[in-house]
Amino acid sequence: MRDPGRGLRILLLPALPVLLVATWWLTTADSTNFFWPPLEQILRTFGETWFTGRFTADVLPSLARLLVGYLVAVALGVGLGTEIGSWRTLRALVEPVLEFFRAIPAPVLVPILMLFAGIGNEMKVLVIVSGCVWPVLLNTVEGVRALDEVLRDTARCYRLRPRSRLVHLVLRGASPQIAAGARQALSIGIILMVISEMFAASNGVGFTIIQFQRSFAIPQMWTGIIMLGLIGVVLSVIFRAVESRALSWYTGLRMSQRTKG
Amino acid sequence: MTTTPIGATALLDVRDLRKVYSGGSRSVEAVRNLTFSIAPGELVCIVGPSGAGKTTLLRCVAGLLNSTAGEVVLDGEKVTGPPRGMAVVFQEYGRSLFPWMTVRQNVELPLKEKKVPKAERRRLVEQALEAVGLADVHNAHPWQLSGGMQQRVAIARAVAYEPHILLMDEPFAAVDAQTRADLEDLVRTLWRRLGVTVLFVTHDIDESVYLGQRVIVLSNSPTVVLEEVAVDLPDDRDQLTTRSLPRFAELRAHVYELIQRAKRGDRPAG
Amino acid sequence: MRGRDEGRRRPLPVWLLGLIGLAGFVAILELVPRAGLVDERFLPPFSDMLSALAAQAGTAEFWQALLETLRGWAIGLSVAMAAGVVLGILIGGIPLLRAAMTSTIEFLRPIPSVALIPLAVLLFGTDMRSTLLLVVYAAFWQVLVQVLYGVRDVDPVARETARSYRFSPLTQVRTVIWPTALPYVMTGFRLGAAVALILEITGELIIGSPGLGRQIAVAQTSGAVASMYALVIVVGLVGVVVNVIARAGERRSLRWHPSIRTEVP
Repeated sequence: MRDPGRGLRILLLPALPVLLVATWWLTTADSTNFFWPPLEQILRTFGETWFTGRFTADVLPSLARLLVGYLVAVALGVGLGTEIGSWRTLRALVEPVLEFFRAIPAPVLVPILMLFAGIGNEMKVLVIVSGCVWPVLLNTVEGVRALDEVLRDTARCYRLRPRSRLVHLVLRGASPQIAAGARQALSIGIILMVISEMFAASNGVGFTIIQFQRSFAIPQMWTGIIMLGLIGVVLSVIFRAVESRALSWYTGLRMSQRTKG
Repeated sequence: MTTTPIGATALLDVRDLRKVYSGGSRSVEAVRNLTFSIAPGELVCIVGPSGAGKTTLLRCVAGLLNSTAGEVVLDGEKVTGPPRGMAVVFQEYGRSLFPWMTVRQNVELPLKEKKVPKAERRRLVEQALEAVGLADVHNAHPWQLSGGMQQRVAIARAVAYEPHILLMDEPFAAVDAQTRADLEDLVRTLWRRLGVTVLFVTHDIDESVYLGQRVIVLSNSPTVVLEEVAVDLPDDRDQLTTRSLPRFAELRAHVYELIQRAKRGDRPAG
Repeated sequence: MRGRDEGRRRPLPVWLLGLIGLAGFVAILELVPRAGLVDERFLPPFSDMLSALAAQAGTAEFWQALLETLRGWAIGLSVAMAAGVVLGILIGGIPLLRAAMTSTIEFLRPIPSVALIPLAVLLFGTDMRSTLLLVVYAAFWQVLVQVLYGVRDVDPVARETARSYRFSPLTQVRTVIWPTALPYVMTGFRLGAAVALILEITGELIIGSPGLGRQIAVAQTSGAVASMYALVIVVGLVGVVVNVIARAGERRSLRWHPSIRTEVP
């Protein structure tokens, strides 16, 4: 079962997506089904739906809330996680509580936080923060805890100051786990961005899509689904680009460990 | 029998060191009573049977571990944490280098912490890497290098740090025999050239005799000093001629004998 | 940190510290509203939540909702597992298919499952199938990706051996691919189980399909704050149980994994 050649693989890479889109296009081309409008119509509607004001009025506010909430959550998670991971007693003390918080499906935080923060931007950012923080926090704790013993000793012997110890040893050493947590947090963040808007809002992508659905503007609703898909894909591409830069040492290390057996 | 220098001139003084690990309901006495000292510029090897508390001893000397009783004095100051002017080379070369830094950054980091000015830092890093024969891999990451080369980087880092004392914890236990011989010669060369004091812990009898001016043989655990053996071999040593000297064979046999006794559980009289 | 921990009096056992932590958390939940630091209408004292929970536990409605949630979660996860494992082995086992699918998977996977909410509502209304669609979609990717990792991890020598003995494809899957992939399947199960629960609750909350999520929404709109918190705690406990079981399963399957065994010198 040898892998197909490189050339073939490059050829195959876009083959299936193209095939899928083509199938969608062809099977819906003459569709009169109300729920499944022709893809051509959806794509024609896409531009006028999103790029005549909605992009700045809905998409950007959604993204801004996501970005603020996500960054705050990552900063908070990493900050608290390094502290908790560094102190054994503290870790044992808070771990069950943290595990409980992580296990709560984040969307139920929406009705709770609405009590405190109303239905404005603060609520949505707060929802995103309080849903995204747990995977980052717990993964950071795990990463800091699993720091190599010898590396820690090395840092002590060469008398690294606390700040450099944090930057050069703790954060870098835990960065693969932090990245894993941040990746989980990103998909949770997108979910929360959408549903906090579906639950209660006056603008945003999630809000708009639900409006389309309720008013039976079906092609527009489909453009909304595509828009959300694009947001998800673009954010994940950006995340991966950042991650592969920051963790290039880690992939290299893993590869070398694998080949050395 | 012993060539322990007189107290006042010693760089490192280990006095009545005792270490008991207490975990849960039972406690283990790893080191019972260790006393020895090392003069400035000496190269001393510590050898003992496996499980003789060699690593415990080294960690106490390095200030990584608090002793239960007794004291370690370096440069006239009692060691309570990792002291200034000390560098350590660990056995686990793959784990003592920062994998996210290049070779150069690894060597440079301790110097930055010491606030060595940039130009000076540059010179020290280059010199050190040159000295261990790694002048051309500055920008590689440690995991791209072989085990022996990684240990060379760790040695370069220690040398660039310009320590008063260099502690080495079985540094060559995990490299192949060929590389090991090269690295042993490297340690001898660096020691003679830089005049640094070296405390070298090993479980390898040949290595201890070949490298040291003095070999401290430990008993089995709970550890005490079984005997100190002065190595009266010429200072110019090389793998072939030194190891074939009759005197080398005698010393080796003597240390071997001591280790066998240690394994049987013999303790020094008194 | 070893240094910091050493040389002090004997530390308390971890489980006891964890218990103390939980007790402290409960105490804070009780005292903060009682002391008036937070409005009781927003955060009722823990004892109120408990009595609301007791009241809930006395109603058939609550148990019905719990059952609906668990059922939706289990069905969705099972469908996702079955589809993920079968497709994963198929795609992973046939190089040509894998090359063709990789980009598609990478493109489809990040599409947030909640994007399907309006479509699900149009197709199925507030029926449980709406939520099931979301659950299956979200959990499927988690499982599929892990199975693909697992199949890729199969030792080429073992695979060649199986081929040289002219094992049938099905036997190859059973004897070579499946044992290697199993731990990855279990990891997929763990990740999928957590995501499935999130989407199950989300669907109930937003779409209004039957289950604990809808009860929470109902409690929220009717201002029964203590009941709402009680239900959130129940949902959290369900999450904890799901995590614990999934992790235990993962650990069991890892014990005899070939890559672990070979590491023993």
